[in-house]
Amino acid sequence: MEAERAEKTRMMTEDYSLFYGDFKALNNINIKIPTNKITAFIGPSGCGKSTLLRSFNRMNDLIPGVTTAGTIFLDGRNVAREDVVELRKKVGMVFQRPNPFPKSIFDNVAYGPRLHGTKNRSDLAVIVEKSLKRAALWEEVKDDLHKSGMSLSGGQQQRLCIARAIAIEPEVILMDEPASALDPVATLKIEELMNVLKRNYTIAIVTHNMQQAGRVSDYTAFMLTDEKRAGNLIELGPTKQIFTTPSDSRTEDYISGRFG
Amino acid sequence: MTSGTRRTGIEKAMKTVLLISALASVLIVLLIFIFTMKEATPAFREIGVWKMLSDTTWRPGNDQFGILAMIAGSGLVTLGAVLIGVPLALGTAVFLSEIAPCWIAGIVRPSIELLAGIPSVVYGLFGMVVLVPLVRTIPAPGNAGYGLLAASIVLAVMILPTIANISEFAIRSVPKGYKEGSLALGATKWETISRVIIPAAKPGIISAVVLGLGRALGETIAMIMVIGNSVILPTAITDNPLSIFLSRARTLTGNIAVEISYATGIHESALFATGVVLFILIMLVNGSARFLMKMGVKS
Ligand SMILES: Nc1ncnc2c1ncn2[C@@H]1O[C@H](COP(=O)(O)OP(=O)(O)OP(=O)(O)O)[C@@H](O)[C@H]1O
Ligand SMILES: [Mg+2]
Repeated sequence: MEAERAEKTRMMTEDYSLFYGDFKALNNINIKIPTNKITAFIGPSGCGKSTLLRSFNRMNDLIPGVTTAGTIFLDGRNVAREDVVELRKKVGMVFQRPNPFPKSIFDNVAYGPRLHGTKNRSDLAVIVEKSLKRAALWEEVKDDLHKSGMSLSGGQQQRLCIARAIAIEPEVILMDEPASALDPVATLKIEELMNVLKRNYTIAIVTHNMQQAGRVSDYTAFMLTDEKRAGNLIELGPTKQIFTTPSDSRTEDYISGRFG
Repeated sequence: MTSGTRRTGIEKAMKTVLLISALASVLIVLLIFIFTMKEATPAFREIGVWKMLSDTTWRPGNDQFGILAMIAGSGLVTLGAVLIGVPLALGTAVFLSEIAPCWIAGIVRPSIELLAGIPSVVYGLFGMVVLVPLVRTIPAPGNAGYGLLAASIVLAVMILPTIANISEFAIRSVPKGYKEGSLALGATKWETISRVIIPAAKPGIISAVVLGLGRALGETIAMIMVIGNSVILPTAITDNPLSIFLSRARTLTGNIAVEISYATGIHESALFATGVVLFILIMLVNGSARFLMKMGVKS
């Protein structure tokens, strides 16, 4: 039965709660992230979107005092029991602020593959080219691979970070407001890119931009804090449905409020 | 309006004050150099700069004033201190900034600060009482305990706080995003430290090492107490080239401090010349470090 459910669901949480010390930031979240689709997380600031996203690749492990209840599954397997290195190889992440390493463009993309055992320079070159092409950055940087990744524009840096993430062929890519630091043109580029990427990857994205969620995502999850400020999942459904006929009035309030 | 002009007035006054304080240190450095140089000139003139720098014999009674042995002594003891001290200091810095839980860091950090506050003469005593006897147990003909090894260890401990402190600061200043980016790609903590954090902190770490080098080259009293002070060009005392560190030596600083109280005439001038050489050596070290740092930032 578990396998059946996991068939088209790449990641899933089951009664998942997370505490920062005594503070409950996530309350009993049950959510499914479908394979090779884009799932958008929306909701007001502080409702726990980033916290939930960071739970999928266990980045919250780094924060002292974090405790959790419930389970998160990747392909039907409990991520808490996985080796965290293996997990993060399968579940990549792109951050809100582009964070290329102070290394060359080549070394940025090759960083992950090198970690995981690709040493041969020509193998690396193939991976770097393929990843940069998929991230729609190749044409802009192919002659400057030795240049520092930090010398690129913000939008290029973010695509470099996407290339870096896909260079290790993850199954899932988590994106936390990947375009919030970018101008509209760069944002559009990233959105186009996500539409291409979803053929091969499962994508979960946090965004404050309703139009963006409407444009790029297949599914939308709406989150809200309860009276104790703990984040709850209000509803999850096909994006079209959430935006037109949400089943919860709070979703409608939020979305229409945003649209003005 | 008036408050506006008053504020620009203050602005200007502040600028002048800051400029003067900045110029003051330049002026002082310059004055010290000119004064030392002036006192050293007779020696440079009569003995000859090259002769002083290339001759290994220092026999004031014989009017022989070669300082090459002391240059080698200072250089070797500093090298030894760096070889021992830098890994230790870097390890400490990484430990404190990335690994240690708060309460351990809360014990280690003040201890290191304490280390920085110990007067060098006390380090010298510690070296004489603990390190020298320890080094003496190494079986090698002519090994008296006093020498480069004991001095290097003392010096390594003395420069450790400086290097550890500044390196820790440099490592802490590395943006959190680099670390998260690396971990999110499936890097382990150690891979993240060695491949991203330390390279990103490199310019700061280099300046830390250089500050340590400067301190090491300038250290005087602790060196006098443990290095043996014989004016000889250090050489390996056994077949093992590393045994050069068992050799006695004298540092440039020690040379000045030991003899200045009774030196007169050309002898005194030659000691000032030793000071000039020390001064230039430290300037070279700082200069090359600045160069390295620029290279590090670029790449
Ligand atoms: N490291 C932390 N320690 C303690 N509390 C935290 C920590 N990170 C987040 N929180 C708290 O958890 C709650 C959820 O935070 P989170 O960052 O997940 O919200 P978010 O939905 O991503 O908000 P935003 O839209 O502003 O990014 C907030 O109340 C926040 O203050
Ligand atoms: Mg957030």
